[in-house]
Amino acid sequence: MSKRRSRREFLSAAAVLAAAATLPAGVRAQATKDLRGTEQDLRGTEQDMRVAINHFTGSRPLAKGKVNLEVPPLVDNGNTVAISVTVESPMTEADHVRSIRIFSERNPEPIIMGFRLGPRAGRASVATRVRLADTQTLVAVAEMSDGTYWFGSAPTVVTIASCLEEI
Amino acid sequence: MSNALVTVPKTAKKGEIIEIRTLVSHNMETGYRRTERGVPIPRDIVRTFSCTYNGVEIFSAELRPAISANPYISFYTVATETGMIAFHWKGDNGFSVSSSAHITVT
Repeated sequence: MSKRRSRREFLSAAAVLAAAATLPAGVRAQATKDLRGTEQDLRGTEQDMRVAINHFTGSRPLAKGKVNLEVPPLVDNGNTVAISVTVESPMTEADHVRSIRIFSERNPEPIIMGFRLGPRAGRASVATRVRLADTQTLVAVAEMSDGTYWFGSAPTVVTIASCLEEI
Repeated sequence: MSNALVTVPKTAKKGEIIEIRTLVSHNMETGYRRTERGVPIPRDIVRTFSCTYNGVEIFSAELRPAISANPYISFYTVATETGMIAFHWKGDNGFSVSSSAHITVT
């Protein structure tokens, strides 16, 4: 869908380029960077997501399991996607989920959302509605009270993307 | 201006795990969109959400531009005592909304 650029987009891009040609180098670099906003380049990569996850875990080992991330397998409209994360945990003072973070590999920002919870939650389960910029796999990482990190992932196919449209 | 909608059970048994659902009206402008003239639209989002139970924080969330307009968040908590469950949303451009609900625990 990003390949199909509208005439309007093309014209506004051409206008920015023409203007940029007459500007000093520093300003031109900024203009070129801004121009990417209308294009696919704005989307993140799997690498961006890895970096964000490592930052969250402090590069500590990440084990698969305990975290169940539910995302609809097929999404018509990426602007509103209902997702939920449930972590297997007794949620006691001694053994509970401290925080949960949800990551995206294709949105402009790799972090979708973060939650802080504790033993008073009773049940480590949260739900929200998110925007998805593209077909991708989402990852949810849970930080446990014993300092271990667990993750679960879910793939989804998005037919109408969010975030990058014009008004 | 801004409205919040929260669903909390009116009554619960002590120790019962209850579900709390929240919704706040907000556009959640991502900062990644542009007008048709290519002018970037500045980011304007709800940044944080927190929930306190009789003054003690029991849950919080950090919101990013990836959260849909009119952020919906649901979570659980243990009904410990009768009192107030309060909700606070804070965001860009001084956005601040609070709401609360009373719960009777038997």
